[in-house]
Amino acid sequence: MNTLIALASLAVLILVLEIINLRKGIIPVTLMGLMVAFGLNWCDLNTTQSFFNNMIVVNKTTVLFNALFIVLTYFIVALGHSFYKQQSDKISDYTSLKIFLLIGAYCMVSFGNMVMFFMGLEILSITLYVLAGSDRTNIKSNESGMKYFLMGSFASGFILFGIALIYGATASFDLDQIVLATTQLAMPKWFMVGFVLMLVGLLFKIAAFPFHFWAPDVYQGAPLLTTTTMSTLAKVAAVGAFYKLSLVFFPAMPANFSNLIAFLIIITLVVGNIMALKQTNIKRLMAYSGISHAGFMLMAILIGKEAEPHLFYYMTAYALSGIAAFSVILYVCQDKKEELIIHFRGFAKNNPVLAVTLSLALLSMAGIPILAGFFGKLFLFTQALNQGYYVMVICAVITSIISIYYYFKVIVTMFTYKSSDAQTTFTQNKLYTVVALTAIVINLIIGFYPSIILDLF
Amino acid sequence: MNCIIILLIYVLGAGATLASNSKNAAKIALVTSLINAVIALMLTADYLNGGNISFVQQWISNPNITLSFVVDGLSLTMLLLTTLLLPIIILASFNTLYSKANQLYALVLFMAFAMAGTFLAQDGLVYYIFWELALLPIFFIGLLWGSDEWKVRKRVMITFFIYTFAGSLFMLAAFAYLYTKTGSFAWTDLSQVMLSTKEANYIFMAFFLAYGIKIPVFPFHTWQANTYEKSPTIGTMLLSGLMLKMGVYSILRWQMPIAGNVSAEIINTVIVLCIIGIIYASLIALRSDNIKRLLAYSSMAHVGLIAAGAYVGNTTGYQGAVIQMVAHGFVVVGLFYLADIIHNRYDSYMIKDMGGIRAQAPKFTTFFLIIMFASIGLPGTFGFVGEFTLLYALSEKELLYALFAGTSIILGAYYMLKMFQNAVLGTPTSKVFSEITTKEYVVLGIITVVLIGLGIYPKLLTDLFI
Repeated sequence: MNTLIALASLAVLILVLEIINLRKGIIPVTLMGLMVAFGLNWCDLNTTQSFFNNMIVVNKTTVLFNALFIVLTYFIVALGHSFYKQQSDKISDYTSLKIFLLIGAYCMVSFGNMVMFFMGLEILSITLYVLAGSDRTNIKSNESGMKYFLMGSFASGFILFGIALIYGATASFDLDQIVLATTQLAMPKWFMVGFVLMLVGLLFKIAAFPFHFWAPDVYQGAPLLTTTTMSTLAKVAAVGAFYKLSLVFFPAMPANFSNLIAFLIIITLVVGNIMALKQTNIKRLMAYSGISHAGFMLMAILIGKEAEPHLFYYMTAYALSGIAAFSVILYVCQDKKEELIIHFRGFAKNNPVLAVTLSLALLSMAGIPILAGFFGKLFLFTQALNQGYYVMVICAVITSIISIYYYFKVIVTMFTYKSSDAQTTFTQNKLYTVVALTAIVINLIIGFYPSIILDLF
Repeated sequence: MNCIIILLIYVLGAGATLASNSKNAAKIALVTSLINAVIALMLTADYLNGGNISFVQQWISNPNITLSFVVDGLSLTMLLLTTLLLPIIILASFNTLYSKANQLYALVLFMAFAMAGTFLAQDGLVYYIFWELALLPIFFIGLLWGSDEWKVRKRVMITFFIYTFAGSLFMLAAFAYLYTKTGSFAWTDLSQVMLSTKEANYIFMAFFLAYGIKIPVFPFHTWQANTYEKSPTIGTMLLSGLMLKMGVYSILRWQMPIAGNVSAEIINTVIVLCIIGIIYASLIALRSDNIKRLLAYSSMAHVGLIAAGAYVGNTTGYQGAVIQMVAHGFVVVGLFYLADIIHNRYDSYMIKDMGGIRAQAPKFTTFFLIIMFASIGLPGTFGFVGEFTLLYALSEKELLYALFAGTSIILGAYYMLKMFQNAVLGTPTSKVFSEITTKEYVVLGIITVVLIGLGIYPKLLTDLFI
């Protein structure tokens, strides 16, 4: 709870700093504030508390998820220091929006009440709508923001409708009361309809089949740093919320409901990986890769409580490699109109360290051993086989093989062209380099010692 | 002494090579590999005296993964092959001046590290990690230092990577399934697991996809000839001399012990596939006009025989496979080195561009003849011992198998002698073929001594693992 208060004050403080003309201090103060918030959050690790009539629940799971969100925000805010150089008069707005986004993410995993969940979701979504359209002079950014806003609010509508139906069935917004009602009473039909409506919204938010169509377009049009935020922080926050809701609602659903989810996972994996093959724009490629990763994370959600450490591990691995990859993409594409893969030609000759970093990040996403992404996939496979989802695992294996092709397309493009083939000049940027290296080093460390993460649970 | 020292030295050597400049890189790599060869021999002495050279350490508690490097006869033989063959391969690469040699040799040493780890690891997951790690360096070696245009090379190497990676992911799924049955990845637990025939069939097929592609067994061989041809010679030697041994070794170490009660039809199908591969590859080799492709297909034929013997699953097959793996490792490195020497003089791999070498370079011709005879399996050479044992093992299973597999010797003799006749004898070309240098003499000399020495007294090797 202290974390939430600290974050809210931090977000307001940023706006105040702008008013009292301390623009230079905004990023350092935010970074320090995030560290404080991380510390406050970590203090609650071994406690279980609830606040405001069970509106906010703090326990080990929420603390760990929030710790991940804070770390990701830390990286994203740090990247903003370079990214918003051109629009330095807006930096307070963007930074405080990101802190609000973090608050939304916090509420989305720490809720004890459906109202709080919806509020968290909306805080997160609205900040993202604004950030997606934040490059006001660029028509693509406008398009992206508009598209995301229209479709996102539609999805929110579905979720709200679902919550209302569930309230009708259980007479409560409180999660504990809902669990009580579902286990003790016979549920009317509209309870299931309610959860399926929520499912529609949640699948939209994590960009899983059949509600994934927005992702590539919105990712492509949005400013690069917003794309980073969407594909890392916003995605894992939505997955975290989905996971928490699934623990409550999946047991109450009919037995063959898990088949539906398994089917959606398989199609999500297939669609994400197949569509990524032909992309020439790296943002679209990352969008489709993100769709396939949503499929993997859904796998953990389907398995349930036993897979909790493994879901968290997968999320950490995915988000960290996402941060590392996008930092390098920012480095390469910082002043390009479009973020094409051909811009990476000859990058290995120009900056071998970052080329290797991006390669490692992509290899981690592809699941090559010793990187964290490999263990993430391995743990999920083991758990899924344990539960008897053989077909799903085989499909996941086959789609992983397909994914090698497009990840390697980028890697090979970086390494095989001479510097004279480069389509662009690369501008030096220390900040992006530092963030990329930090993220990939953490990824490597948790790859070498997965116990660091797994033993937290 | 502990076997993990070898792995550490390879990694440190790779780091040192990367940090050095292009000039000294090859020398540093050579020294590293020589140090490891000596250490491996010392480890062998230690092992034979009953010393404990294994390394076991808990890595991850849940899932239960142990960093275990346990040495037994089989892994020690493979470790010796790796550590002894690597200095020869590096020495053989001195002929060619590579750009950015420090990166190349660092990758070579890193690959040796991964392969040594594969041979030593006794925990399924650690083994899998090393297995995959070996793939990345060879991908980059082929991609960045290979021959031909970017576009062609890129396509060939990506095909190779995806192909092999695809196979190994099925192996990973098999390991994950086995873990759900036993709660452990350790070899000692996995080899004792009781599987129903149906389970064993699926596990066997998953492993077969990984190993069949790596070895390669017909019909998974399509990546091989192109990859061998486009890779630089050092990459081809690593691939054919060592990397495909990982596949055969894994059959003996993992596939047969774990999925032992697989149904007889599947075993027979797999053996028949291997034999089809032997004849098919021999016939293509017969028609090849490029010496590197010819050797690639000849290698496929020989390894097909090894795989067939390994899948027989009895003691004779096991022994024959191990002996022939060592023999084939030395023979194929020797053959590719000979091809590289010819390429250096003639600047071509095409057989039609060669001829009349014998008159200009008698020493070279002698070495060529000896190594070629070892490849065909002439009695007295090391190649004979392994090939004979393998054919004997096949005849124990089914006489017809041995008959068909035996054609590989006849066909092998035919295409090798035909190549020898066209390339080394024949009418001289306008180009001058200078006699071999001291460095080349040393490399070929070592290989010849090994092949003839072990051919006459194979007990030296067989004592290790029987």
